[in-house]
Amino acid sequence: MSIEVVEIGKRFGDFVALDDVSVSIPTGQLTALLGPSGGGKSTLLRIIAGLESADSGRVEIEGVDATRLPPQKRNVGFVFQHYAAFKHLSVRRNVAFGLEIRKRPKAEIRAKVDELLALVHLEQFADRLPSQLSGGQRQRMALARALAVEPTVLLLDEPFGALDAKVRKELRDWLRRLHDEVHVTTVFVTHDQEEALEVSDKIVVINEGRVEQIGTPDELYDKPANDFVMRFLGPVTQVGDHLVRPHDVQIDLDPAAPADATGVVSRISRIGFEIRVDVTVSDAEVVTVTITRNDLLALGLETGTRVGLRIAPVGTATLLDSKASYA
Amino acid sequence: MTSTTLTPAGRSARKRRPARTGHPLTRGSAIGLGVATMWFSLLVLIPLAAVAATAAGSGWDSFSRALSNDATASAIRLTVLMALAVTAVNVVMGTLIAWVLVRDRFPGQRVIEVVIDVPFALPTIVAGLVLLSLYGPTSPLGVDVAGTRLSVFLAFLFVTTPFVVRSVQPVLAELDRDAEEAAASLGASRFTVFRRIILPSLIPAIAAGATLSFARAVGEYGSLVLLSGNLPMRTEVASVRILSSIENDNPDNAAAVAVILLAISLVVIVVVDVLQRRMVRRG
Repeated sequence: MSIEVVEIGKRFGDFVALDDVSVSIPTGQLTALLGPSGGGKSTLLRIIAGLESADSGRVEIEGVDATRLPPQKRNVGFVFQHYAAFKHLSVRRNVAFGLEIRKRPKAEIRAKVDELLALVHLEQFADRLPSQLSGGQRQRMALARALAVEPTVLLLDEPFGALDAKVRKELRDWLRRLHDEVHVTTVFVTHDQEEALEVSDKIVVINEGRVEQIGTPDELYDKPANDFVMRFLGPVTQVGDHLVRPHDVQIDLDPAAPADATGVVSRISRIGFEIRVDVTVSDAEVVTVTITRNDLLALGLETGTRVGLRIAPVGTATLLDSKASYA
Repeated sequence: MTSTTLTPAGRSARKRRPARTGHPLTRGSAIGLGVATMWFSLLVLIPLAAVAATAAGSGWDSFSRALSNDATASAIRLTVLMALAVTAVNVVMGTLIAWVLVRDRFPGQRVIEVVIDVPFALPTIVAGLVLLSLYGPTSPLGVDVAGTRLSVFLAFLFVTTPFVVRSVQPVLAELDRDAEEAAASLGASRFTVFRRIILPSLIPAIAAGATLSFARAVGEYGSLVLLSGNLPMRTEVASVRILSSIENDNPDNAAAVAVILLAISLVVIVVVDVLQRRMVRRG
């Protein structure tokens, strides 16, 4: 295991940021810390980097106890949401910074920086100042700067959070490809479940200072440990006392067929390639089902149609917590 | 990616200046420009030109006569050297005080925030009186610097203390802490972070404060006149020299000294600016 986090606790005044969190992060993989804002994931990342100190617990990096090590000695690369560029230095000098500190020979620094700038596609911007780059370019520069010191682990704190949707998606794909090339153990923090599902090998879901579940994207999506993970990782709808993904509900026109619920179609709306069908089961209960356009045509659904709803046998469902907690 | 053209770093500021469009001024902006120009002329340009004209009226002679007078030359030398020394001290101490005020939290901080400005707010002659009673012949501290060059240094220091502090403080408060953390995680020690990351961002502000502090010291009169004793060749400064020239009915000499001070200040401002730019670029 590359990073071993053992029973880390951290408070800010009365606020419990992390409550006895333990996580093992495997070598060479891309791991996402996923959760809502204020859930403690960034704090955990900063504790791993040594930028924040834990109140209790232990951090090991590559088998070395790093709990008391200052950030300078941990050999981690850290990438910040807002780039943290050295504004007065050119792109080249930014990337070279860690190597200059280590007093490497000039020629070696030059070669290494050239190689990294090529890796992040910024060769032609080497002599610009960070203020002359776009957000996406700045973040790639920050990544090259972090990789320059050949860190044992690369930590990214909401790396694409400040970018617009399109650049974000590009950079996300690019990060995945970069990781497949470089293979450095990488941990990144995100509150965007799509980002986590798409990019990472492994996801740690953190909420209210606790780890909710650890697993591969498939495990988390298909076998969520609880309601929170189920709700956080994708759209959900409630059939009876089960939480289900809207695409895991089957619509049946035969009123005699066994069904988990029956109701009347109250609304049909089209969102891009998928159709959303709202079925009113009772006054208090509306089930949302997503189907394809072909399904809709085949079924001949219209508002007012009476239908039966069945949870698909291969689908994912969690049993809702006792009703008491919702009262 | 972006379509901005490649420009060398140093020139970017010049590039950003909007090009002259050639549109005629609107009535509002014409009036505004007129008022601004008139105001600036009345208050700054005309008086400066008058001093220069008075000094130049009697030709280069007045300059050489002024400078060949030992007492005048000594006064100018004392003023400039002390102003430089005080500015050097302010650069270090002012930055340090600004750092403490921005980055640390301690009881009494707000009081110090306010007290820092006292030398600004105090009429300089009152400052002179304070210094005289504190460091004069009747000093309760037993420190008597009256009539020594140290008194000039002390008075300069007193009135110029806020300049660097006040110019550095807001810049320091706005500094990107992430960049410091990034440098630390790249292996930079605290000292290296300060020298390579923080200082380059502060240098323009430090330079601005230093320039103000130097300019203020060169022209200082009220705060030192009581304590220094104004001894020619020893503690007399340029501004006192100008006054005594006027009193002795020698306005040419006064104007010559004034122009020399002006020229020195100008040179210092330009040198500080050039140095600052160079240091920032070198990082």
